[in-house]
Amino acid sequence: MPTSSYSYQLQPGILRSEFLRLLPISLFVVAFGVAFGLAAVQKGLAPLEATLMSMVVFAGASQFATIDMWGADVALLPVMAVVFAINSRHLLMGASLYPMLRDLSPGRRYGILLVLTDANWAVAAQDYQNGRRNLEVILGGGFALWVAWLIGTLVGVYFGGLMEEPKSLGLDMVLGCFLLSMALGGRRTPRVLVAWLVSGAASMAAYWWLPPHTHVVVGALAGGVVGFLWLERRPV
Amino acid sequence: MSIETDTFGILLIIAVMALVTLVTRVGGVFLMSFVTINPRVEGFINAMASSVLIAILTPMAFDGDWGARVALGTTAALMLAFRKPLPAITAGILAAAGTRYLI
Repeated sequence: MPTSSYSYQLQPGILRSEFLRLLPISLFVVAFGVAFGLAAVQKGLAPLEATLMSMVVFAGASQFATIDMWGADVALLPVMAVVFAINSRHLLMGASLYPMLRDLSPGRRYGILLVLTDANWAVAAQDYQNGRRNLEVILGGGFALWVAWLIGTLVGVYFGGLMEEPKSLGLDMVLGCFLLSMALGGRRTPRVLVAWLVSGAASMAAYWWLPPHTHVVVGALAGGVVGFLWLERRPV
Repeated sequence: MSIETDTFGILLIIAVMALVTLVTRVGGVFLMSFVTINPRVEGFINAMASSVLIAILTPMAFDGDWGARVALGTTAALMLAFRKPLPAITAGILAAAGTRYLI
């Protein structure tokens, strides 16, 4: 097993520092987790069932959407369709990391994807735009986010009723503001700005006129087409 | 197909959700391993990467309340001015809370 044929080695020291780097945002993820845990037990899930869901699914928006469809019976195919539609952005996020991931041995390449989610991916993508190859944040930062999601869910299922309305504290905007700061922290060239305009317009069109939960993928692919057609010499 | 939400049914639903989500996490990378990376493909995935964020955020701003809009506007302004994520995010959240308190 010549692991040396893969040029990317995950550095333990960087894993630790990326874990610490995402701890602040993880604190907010705890608050989301509390909100999810509370919503889940209110819909009739047992505390440990809700926690298990957070542990193995680890995709907040799709978990909330499933909880919304909860009842005495749950129709499995619609749940699968909604979960796939909401999480299909992971397909694109993973694909965008491929130029780095292909230099990682297959076991690690697919292993670190278990904790791929919006926040750690956004950091990795921004670092890559700025010329830094950082897969450590996917694993180290992802682990911080996963633990936070789990702790939050546990607190929510047992003590969720104690929390104030998260929306009045602005907590629902944490992820939005975080993702926006990542987008604006990357390279902004005319090509990127045109891709954003196209992506935003396509996303809104899909949001209004296409089936629910398709707008992220539609917008992202539309932005990608701009990059496909408009080549740019990269300063290396 | 409807699943009764007894313990076994719930575990089945969770397992299916986990499996579908896992497919989305590894699927894009798996498919990319059949694609030859040339400058056009690279251009596509680089533009797509930041477009994912814009595609998430645009409806949030359009369809959100004023708290959401002011939050995103505050974060954007501070980010463009100082390029420091943490203060920009914190100010955005505070702006959302403040706007909702006032309106």
